[in-house]
Amino acid sequence: MAGITVNQTEDRKKTKFARPIRYTVSILLCLLSLFPFYVLFINSTLESNIIKQGIHLIPGSFWAANYEKLTNKTDVVSTVSVWEAMLNSLIITVPATILQIYFASLTAYALTVYRFKHRNLAWGFIYAIMMIPTQVSIVGLIKVCSVTNMYGTYWPLIIPAIAAPTTVYFMKQYMESSFSLEIVEAARIDGSNEFRTFNTIAIPLLKPAMATQAIFGFVASWNNLYTPSILLATEQDKRTMPMFVEALKANDKQRDFGEIYMGLFISVIPIMIAYFLLSKYIVSGVALGGVKE
Amino acid sequence: MNKIKRKTVEYGKYGYYFIIPFFLVFIVFQLYPLLYTFYTSLLQVQKVGRNSSEVVFCLGNFTDYVFKQGNEFWPAAGVTVVLWILNFVPQVALSLLLAAWFTDAHNKLKGQGAYKVIMYMPNIITAATIAVLFFSLFDVHGSITGILRNMGVVVGEDSILTHGPASFFIIAFIQFWMWYGNTMIVLIAGIMGISPSLYEAAMVDGASGTQQFWLITLPLLKPIIQFTLVTSAIGGLQMYDIPKLFNNGKPLVNVGNTTIESTRTIVMLIKQYVDAGSKQNYGRAAAYSVVLFAMTLVVSLVFYALTSEKKEKRA
Repeated sequence: MAGITVNQTEDRKKTKFARPIRYTVSILLCLLSLFPFYVLFINSTLESNIIKQGIHLIPGSFWAANYEKLTNKTDVVSTVSVWEAMLNSLIITVPATILQIYFASLTAYALTVYRFKHRNLAWGFIYAIMMIPTQVSIVGLIKVCSVTNMYGTYWPLIIPAIAAPTTVYFMKQYMESSFSLEIVEAARIDGSNEFRTFNTIAIPLLKPAMATQAIFGFVASWNNLYTPSILLATEQDKRTMPMFVEALKANDKQRDFGEIYMGLFISVIPIMIAYFLLSKYIVSGVALGGVKE
Repeated sequence: MNKIKRKTVEYGKYGYYFIIPFFLVFIVFQLYPLLYTFYTSLLQVQKVGRNSSEVVFCLGNFTDYVFKQGNEFWPAAGVTVVLWILNFVPQVALSLLLAAWFTDAHNKLKGQGAYKVIMYMPNIITAATIAVLFFSLFDVHGSITGILRNMGVVVGEDSILTHGPASFFIIAFIQFWMWYGNTMIVLIAGIMGISPSLYEAAMVDGASGTQQFWLITLPLLKPIIQFTLVTSAIGGLQMYDIPKLFNNGKPLVNVGNTTIESTRTIVMLIKQYVDAGSKQNYGRAAAYSVVLFAMTLVVSLVFYALTSEKKEKRA
């Protein structure tokens, strides 16, 4: 009995000191997360020579001039402008995300609703390939693209999204916990065909999980540098946003820092706005990843 | 009974129909490329006479470029693995600490939602942008270099990135900084999943907060920490964006009596031999890919072994 009071009073004593320490560390870490982006923003408003001298905390008045330099065609850092790069990224990312969540849901639906002979085999297979990284098969992917005439096009960056094992995994988990097979039965009795049942009855019920997976699919595709920089290497006007950022840096010769920071700033802004709007869903989506087994 | 059975069989075929797109695309864009990469790794271009060469089916790409003394593969593998360890160990330590704080029932911190959102943020921003941002800060004309120059750490037209281990540590730091928020959220979810009755029982028995953490939280978090470890290791082995755009493998550093590119990872090496130009060598790139695949496989198998061992114990 004595042990309880000793230990738990110690706890209470510790708590007194712990609180300020915990707050301080948490706030410092938050500042550490924000600081580089704050410097990025400030530097995008400063003149190149001022940026070189050190860190500044107050925005300058070179915002428009830096933007002008970045988007001026005669002094362009890359063959595509920042907005064209963003458009290129959207052209890839939007259809890729839609295909990814649609077909991952369809695959997960098939594995949950139907009892067919090789169901467990198919599921075990999808589970196993989750761990295979795409980077290791790039030589073969180049081969496939050149044989099918897709090298230098957006197709090999869009179509593979149909086979996203991790998304299938999450959709299946969601369906197992919160999708009732009775609804499918009811639709059958009403005479709905299987494909229509999936499209008109299952999809609306899967929407919350699809939305979370769509965010992560979109971000992964948007941020991808490796595959596009290999498959679009010869197509300068098809450069994506991360490739534009790479080009910004590669432009060593006339290094205007104001221009570079402006380019980086524009590349960060859409994701950051989307993040703060959707952060609630994103954080709970990340948490889902951990509760996996 | 009969009727039901017939019905199941009838509908079962839709299961096959609906998984066709996934498997078709998987075969064309992932399985075939993987097998073709294996095949290519066994094809070596060898010189025949002065101006001609032929493709020979052999293990030459492995013996010449992977297992030969003084090759560039193992330094790159070493860089990749050490970069991963340097970011993962502090990442898990800090994430665990924060997760323990944020789930402490006796000592609820305010503003947790905001901390999580802000600490996770670097993870979602384009890695390419983050790498170029940090490079621009530490480069010869960078803002931080300006400060270091005033302090006398950097002299003249130089920066800490041109020599020494600074680039290496900054890359490890960037990875750490981008990922600890993610790991923290995962661990918090894990701790929240632990039954509160365990803690209540421990409290009745007089366990202190610290004891509860070491004796309840940590053992029960083990599967999640293992899972984080494996996904992080697999991702870490494929590290590319940050080291590539931060300092492109530079600077050259002497380790023992060899000079190596101190921040060049395996995937950067693969890309180097895939890119068009005089260095292009698909066989060599494929051989590196195969070894990387094998390394990844070993990590996954160790993980599966660990988790299945646990299942047996449970049963």
